[in-house]
Formats: sequence, structure tokens, C-alpha cells
Amino acid sequence: MKAIITVIGKDTTGIIAEVCTLLANQKINILDISQTVMEGFFTMTMLVDLSASSVSFSDVSDSLKEKGESMNLSIRIQREDIFDLMHRI
Amino acid sequence: MHSQKEILSTINMIDHQHLDVRTITMGISLLDCCSDDVNVTARKIYDKITRLAKDLVKVGEDIEKEFGIPIVNKRISVTPISIVAASCKQTDYTPIAESLDRAAKKCGVNFIGGFSALVHKGMTNGDINLINSIPTALAKTERVCSSVSVASTKAGINMDAVALMGRIIKQTADLTADNGGFGCAKLVIFANAVEDNPFMAGAFHGVGEAECVLNVGVSGPGVVYHALQKCKGQPFDVVAETIKKTAFKITRMGQLVASQASERLGIPSGIVDLSLAPTPEKGDSVARILEEMGLEVCGTHGTTAALALLNDAVKKGGVMASNHVGGLSGAFIPVSEDEGMIEAAMKNALTLDKLEAMTCVCSVGLDMIAVPGDTSAETLSAIIADEAAIGVVNTKTTAVRIIPAVGKKVGDIIEFGGLLGSAPVMPVHEFSSVNFINRGGRIPAPMHSLKN
Repeated sequence: MKAIITVIGKDTTGIIAEVCTLLANQKINILDISQTVMEGFFTMTMLVDLSASSVSFSDVSDSLKEKGESMNLSIRIQREDIFDLMHRI
Repeated sequence: MHSQKEILSTINMIDHQHLDVRTITMGISLLDCCSDDVNVTARKIYDKITRLAKDLVKVGEDIEKEFGIPIVNKRISVTPISIVAASCKQTDYTPIAESLDRAAKKCGVNFIGGFSALVHKGMTNGDINLINSIPTALAKTERVCSSVSVASTKAGINMDAVALMGRIIKQTADLTADNGGFGCAKLVIFANAVEDNPFMAGAFHGVGEAECVLNVGVSGPGVVYHALQKCKGQPFDVVAETIKKTAFKITRMGQLVASQASERLGIPSGIVDLSLAPTPEKGDSVARILEEMGLEVCGTHGTTAALALLNDAVKKGGVMASNHVGGLSGAFIPVSEDEGMIEAAMKNALTLDKLEAMTCVCSVGLDMIAVPGDTSAETLSAIIADEAAIGVVNTKTTAVRIIPAVGKKVGDIIEFGGLLGSAPVMPVHEFSSVNFINRGGRIPAPMHSLKN
């Protein structure tokens, strides 16, 4: 299953490292990353593949949310389908 | 991969523009729950609902988590109880309402609809028993919703039923007076009622429906409002196009939830209801969309035209995004549930007469309107008759959900809380309709009902 992770918040050192480590530990493969910082505001979107992971989607979602809260960021994961359907005919 | 702009626009809609799926509603047939004893029927109903809907809330919550889309309500609609209970020897159907309430609580849904009767042409004994049970049933239960169909384009308007419902509304208000007449917020009087409506309080599972289906109601006034802010001063062609595109996106999301939920629950997907349903939250108002089109306050001259454009564009945008469209599909204008409508009513810009005109061009009708507690039953019936006439002649659904606010007068406010909001008490005409309502009988179906 493919999903989109979005990380939004104030830029600090090591955001990508922290998120990527968490994903690697859960065997979630990153397929694509896009990241920008505008006026100190950090925005990252990632396309990930969860098919090799044995962790449930719900647990992945909870761990990302927790990680976000500890770093004062908003981190969420959503199945890719919602973006496909909303933005493609 | 999707562009960051697309991804963030979706997230922005959810986080800041109140984008949500308003309801996933499981329709359940209760036709196999009939018996000659009301308590036996009540038990069969409880058993069937709690068996079929036991996973409804969990499935809804799983989908919310995986897709990041809030699903505000999970609900159940059932076969009109007047039919299910018709063979019972007792005449009071309140035990069935209590059984529906218990089943709703057990399943974790916030409303269950279908304490209903379809009497647009005439009333059976079961229909009369059900209607007479409505005031007590709504007073004794928390989550049960009731509806009565009193007119259709094919049958005309059953004026005996219209007269009766005026009295039933008064009784319901009296029995729930301590709660601001909350019982009346759970009672809808329909013309051209639809069998697959997922929205409360008017949802019921029609007899033409399958054993068990899943219907979805989308929403998103906030998203439309934000989209329109980007086309200030542009001609209406641009406004209509913008609403269509926005409605398409909202509905695609609803369709996704519909197919996911029906697959996981193992039941067929029924319809997606393309509606703009407001909430009392700031930024989730249909009135504000109309004002964004250039009206100083909702209710002023131009409001009906603005609403007509909105209603039509929502349907045009949504219809391509879903497999099967149904339910009420259109913009809702429930006064107490819409922050902009409440403000407009308090400024006296929005009157009952203007709301009646607006119901000619949008879905549903006079919805969540509080009137003075001393409004007579005949005046309530006459309001219902007017609304039914609009529905019957225009071949559309119309409805009345009106609350006589016991002990309150024009200008007072009654608070319902939550999604039902707060309603300013609006004035009604003071001249009598008593002799009109007392005639009874049936207003014949209009000429254009003869299509065969």
C-alpha cells in the first residue's frame, strides 16, 4: 500500500533524519520526497510504500503523530487514494 | 507523485475549511421483524440492528484514520416503523422507539432514523398508530428520528395528515419543553420523501431498497466558501465553474469513503448524497457562500438566485464524481445549524417568507426553524401545506422541521447545542389559517404528475 506523509511546522535540525529513521525501523520504504522551507516554515511530503512493513497502518499513523508532537510538528500519513481521486479524473 | 501543492490543498481543506464526510448511514430493512406483539417486534428489531451494524462505527473510524478524512456521523436508517409494526395488536409503538434508541446506543451511532410513516395518499391503521406515538416516542428517546411523508407529486397533498401533523408537532414540543422542544428537531414532515436519504432527521430505509445498504452524505460549505474568495468580482459563469470543480473534489472523497465502507462492511454501496450541509461552526456556513457572491446579508434580495446557482452547480460538479447519486442532493438551509443563517435571522434579514422562497430552489425546505411557542397547530399545518405545495408542484423534495419554542417569543433564542446549534425564534403571520386547515381531504396531484 502506498501512502503520503506530510510534515509541517517550524524548521529545526534533523527533522528528515528523525522521520526517516522512524520509517526505516518500521520497514517503510520512501519512494519520493519533496521538501521546502519558506520563511522558516518547513513542509515535506513523502510518498512511501508500506507493503514490506509488518506494522499496522494505524500503529504507523500513531507513531508518526507522536513523533510530530515531540518535535512540535504536524506529521500525518494518509493513503494515496484520496489525493488521486481528488486531483485526477 | 502528486505535487506538494495538491497534497497541501487537500490537507488545508480538511484542517482549515471543515472538509468532512458528514455521514455514513447504514440502511437496514426491518420487514422481517414483524409480529403480532409490539414487544416481540421491538426485540427482533434490536437484535437485527445490533447484528448488522455492530462494526459500522469501527469501520468508519478506520477509514478516517487511513485517509485522514473526518467522518462526522455514523448513523442508521430503518424501514418505516408504521409498516413494520402494522401487524402488532397494540396501538402504542413507543416500545419500538425505545428499542431503536437502545440499538443506536449499543452500536455507538448518534442518530437512528425511520420512526416514520408514508401517508401522502392516505393513512393505514399502522400509520395512525405510529403518528400518535411520535410525541411520546421522541420525548422518551434520545437518538430516534421520525419523519412523516404527507404529500407527493403523484398523490397530491394529504391535508388530513397535514392537519394532524400540526397537532403532533405541538404535542412533541410540549412533551420536550424542558429541552427547548428538542423532540421537534428530530421530526421532519416531507413532501416527495426519498427512500435513500442518509441525512437526519429525515432518513429512513425505503421499501424499494435492498436488505442492507450503505449511503454516504458529503458536505463542505467551508471549502466552497474558500474557493469563491478567489473569484471576487468575477461574473457568475466563473462562480458556477468554481463551485462545480470544488463539488467534484468533495464528492470524489465521499465516493471513496462509500466504496471503502461498503467493501469493509460487506454490504452494497447505495448512493452518495451530494449535499452542502452546514454546521454552526464558523467557516462552515451556506449563508456565507451566498454572501460571498455579493449579498450584504443572507436573506436580502438576490438570495434566491444565489442559492439556485449554488444548488445547481453542486449537483453538476458532484454527479460525475459518484457512481450513484441520490438522497436529497443539494444545499441545505437549516437555520439553527448555520452560523450565517442564525446571524441573518437575528438581523431580521432572513424571514420565514424568504426561507420559503429559497426552498423552491434548493434541497429540503424549512429546516430547524424556531417559532413562538403560542403558534397554533393550524398555523403549523398551514406552513407545512405551503411547503408541501412547493415540493409537489416542482417535483422535488421539500420538508418542514419546525420547533414551536414553548414559553418563548420572537427574538428569544433556543439552544440545542452540538450540530443542531441555536435557533432565534422567528415571527409567523398572525392571521388565521384555521378554516383552511379544517377542510381536510386531499389536494389533488398536479397536471404534470400524469406523465404516462
